[in-house]
Amino acid sequence: MKLPGITSYGSYVPYNRLTRKAMGGGRGERAVASFDEDATSMAVEAARDGNLENVDTLIFATTNPPYAEKMNAAAIAAGLSLSNSVRSMEMATSSRAGLSGLLLAADTAAAGRKSLICAADVIIGAPSGAREKSGGDAAVAFVMGSDEEALATVLGQASATTELLDVWRLPSDAFAKQWEERFGAIVLGPVCVDVAKRALADAGVEPSALTTVILDASNKRNIGAVPAALGLQKEQIADMLEANVGRTGAAHAGLVLARTLDTAKPGDKILVMSAGDGCDALVLSVTDKITSQRPKRSVDEWIASARNDLPYNTFLKWREILPFEPPRRPDFDRPAAPSAQRNQHWKYGFYGSRCSECKTGYLPPQEVCLTCGAVAQMEEEAFSNTACKIKTFTLDYLAYTLQPPVVSIVADFDGGGRFTCEMADVDPKAVKIGDQLEMTFRRLYTGQGIHNYFWKARPQR
Amino acid sequence: MASNGIKDKVAIVGMACTAFGEHFDKSASDLLVEAATGALDSAGIEKSDVDAYWLGTMFSGYAGVTLSEALKTDYKPVTRVENMCATGSDSMRNAAYAVASGAFDLVMATGVEKLKDSGYSGLVIPSPPSDGTESSMSAPAMFSLLAPAYCEKYGVDEKKMKDVLSRIAWKNHVAGSKNPKAQFRKKVAMETIQNSPSIAGMFGIFDCSGVADGAAAAILCRAEDAYKYTDKPIFLKAMAIAAGPNEGFINQDYDFTTFQEVEKSCQDAYSQAGVTNPRDEISMAEVHDCFTATELVLMEDMGFSERGKGWIDCEEGRFDGDGPQPVNPDGGLKSFGHPIGASGLRMMYEMWLQFRGEAGERQIDSPKLGLTHNLGGQPGRCVSFVSIVGNELG
Repeated sequence: MKLPGITSYGSYVPYNRLTRKAMGGGRGERAVASFDEDATSMAVEAARDGNLENVDTLIFATTNPPYAEKMNAAAIAAGLSLSNSVRSMEMATSSRAGLSGLLLAADTAAAGRKSLICAADVIIGAPSGAREKSGGDAAVAFVMGSDEEALATVLGQASATTELLDVWRLPSDAFAKQWEERFGAIVLGPVCVDVAKRALADAGVEPSALTTVILDASNKRNIGAVPAALGLQKEQIADMLEANVGRTGAAHAGLVLARTLDTAKPGDKILVMSAGDGCDALVLSVTDKITSQRPKRSVDEWIASARNDLPYNTFLKWREILPFEPPRRPDFDRPAAPSAQRNQHWKYGFYGSRCSECKTGYLPPQEVCLTCGAVAQMEEEAFSNTACKIKTFTLDYLAYTLQPPVVSIVADFDGGGRFTCEMADVDPKAVKIGDQLEMTFRRLYTGQGIHNYFWKARPQR
Repeated sequence: MASNGIKDKVAIVGMACTAFGEHFDKSASDLLVEAATGALDSAGIEKSDVDAYWLGTMFSGYAGVTLSEALKTDYKPVTRVENMCATGSDSMRNAAYAVASGAFDLVMATGVEKLKDSGYSGLVIPSPPSDGTESSMSAPAMFSLLAPAYCEKYGVDEKKMKDVLSRIAWKNHVAGSKNPKAQFRKKVAMETIQNSPSIAGMFGIFDCSGVADGAAAAILCRAEDAYKYTDKPIFLKAMAIAAGPNEGFINQDYDFTTFQEVEKSCQDAYSQAGVTNPRDEISMAEVHDCFTATELVLMEDMGFSERGKGWIDCEEGRFDGDGPQPVNPDGGLKSFGHPIGASGLRMMYEMWLQFRGEAGERQIDSPKLGLTHNLGGQPGRCVSFVSIVGNELG
């Protein structure tokens, strides 16, 4: 049996922030998925930054699955162009699912598989409530494989399952509810302490040897007894990003773990815990591969790349809480399943084509080459990570969007290839010809109950 | 292999055009009947004299029965034509080629569109089932790409460009104010045009043509038979269509300052008609001014202006109704709105009136050759139609 370890990871915090002041009071801000993002699209964004080579298992965890029935992980696999032979599964209904998924990935890694675990969430609370204020939206992804390539090795783990009513939501409910907080703390407090002790015992690590302890819980009081019970120092406790991100549901323990790894040193020991209907804990030891296998962007870089002037009513429209007057334009057509399936590499993977005769690049993929006329001599080419710049653009006040105006651009890709698309996360006033852009996976719209995933361009973050 | 054209082989001997506008009290069928019976009357013929029909409509009806049902055409052939915003012109082109082939003696080309029933702002074009990855740009947004690209390429500053575009709108509204069939029959002050609410890019509302209902029809026969029906026929000198390969959206060389399709269709049409210097030889033109910047770029693509100099010609009034080369003397799409299937025939209707001396206060003094230009699609991806007509053979 191989020892499991995290071989790669990536994170994603969306661009928009909503200040708690805009929500009616309080300090700091929460991260907000744009109107064209959901747990699936953000999971793709987080995982894109990881090294997905040889991944054979995909686990997706969220409390806010874009489809209640239909595998969201399949869209993620397509967005990441994972192999068709990948095994996939989803975990939902508890914000603990993200860390549970990481534990599961550790077990499958021990069995010789290489798992990608994506955890993403869009937390929607009832307006003016605590959950709306304290929640946040983000995604994180880890690849769990063998310790030979690991940047952090799994030393130990422990779990507990507790039947109690803490946070709950019926399928027909828009917003989760929460029992009085003291109750959860009293019931789960000892459970969390026990899980922490068992995990550390499993790992053979003393509390004092821990560099960082990540204490995530559906209600932070639930896990609040752990530091004192383990005799932890304040410096050992990780910042849970309450001030500038909010608790990002199933993604949150992982997001803070990713942030910890962003600055970890070889030899660091990390305890990461997530409580909700019980508790999971994982103990990791950072290896010397950490310095060479970090993702392109750190969590703090994502957090720093932000805009926090989102009006509260816009946020409520984006989350479909506030009804508003529709534009005098038709509803979106639903994407057609056969066409989407045929063009899957294009639609989900942003694969264009390149003529094998004259090397001209095309987006979308073409059958006949415009330049040399060759027929059916095209080779697929992924453009999702190819740099592009604005050839020309326009601000479209007529086209329907939840954030007018639509910024439409003609983008020219390095090495050839041109594509016309919308921009995301952009200040219309700041767009200029020649701006360097990068591609981002989005849910363009939902037409007649079908989510339309595709790519947009955004300013480099 | 050549595009030989049908110069002087086919004549138009009758035409009619409904008023364009918000016909909430009329159906597409009503509009078609009005235009078709008007064309029959204009040529002094009966429905039974017509051997075959063409119907141009983008989506106001399907198949030839849309016309045969409306007009009760007695089991005659009816072909329905669709070629985006060039639909009306292509209806006429196919009718003319059928006559030129000798297959029929007397035919009718019609075009109709009923847009105002949609209940939406702007044009709404139904599309086939798709994977959902197409650009969602509105029509104004697509065409608005022309203005900044033109400014950059030719060093025109944006304020100057706005003036030039506004003047094009102003000019076409002046022309429309003299046309009883136009949707908008008022002059519009430059200031109003310049300060109109933003729609896309540099375009305000007054840079955009309107949405309207309307229909038009023409009766065509062989040139040698023309004088049987009228003493003032007009003769087709050239008709050309170019359909592009979507160069603008897949080729990095395309720079949004030209419509290659227009250039190609004009080359073909000028060659068919024997025109070598369009700036001097074309007396007047009805062009596809769906947006103000479109008209500017067309002037260069059609060879009316040198590259990069079209804005100067526009500003100096070269294309005004009383200028040396009037463009859109009837008010254009700007004043008429754009009932898609009808617009190409509406353009030809102005030629019909002008060559017959029936254009009233818009009348242009003794025109020699007239040109109609109809565009379907967007910069970089379109079909372009050009016809050249005159009232003399040879």
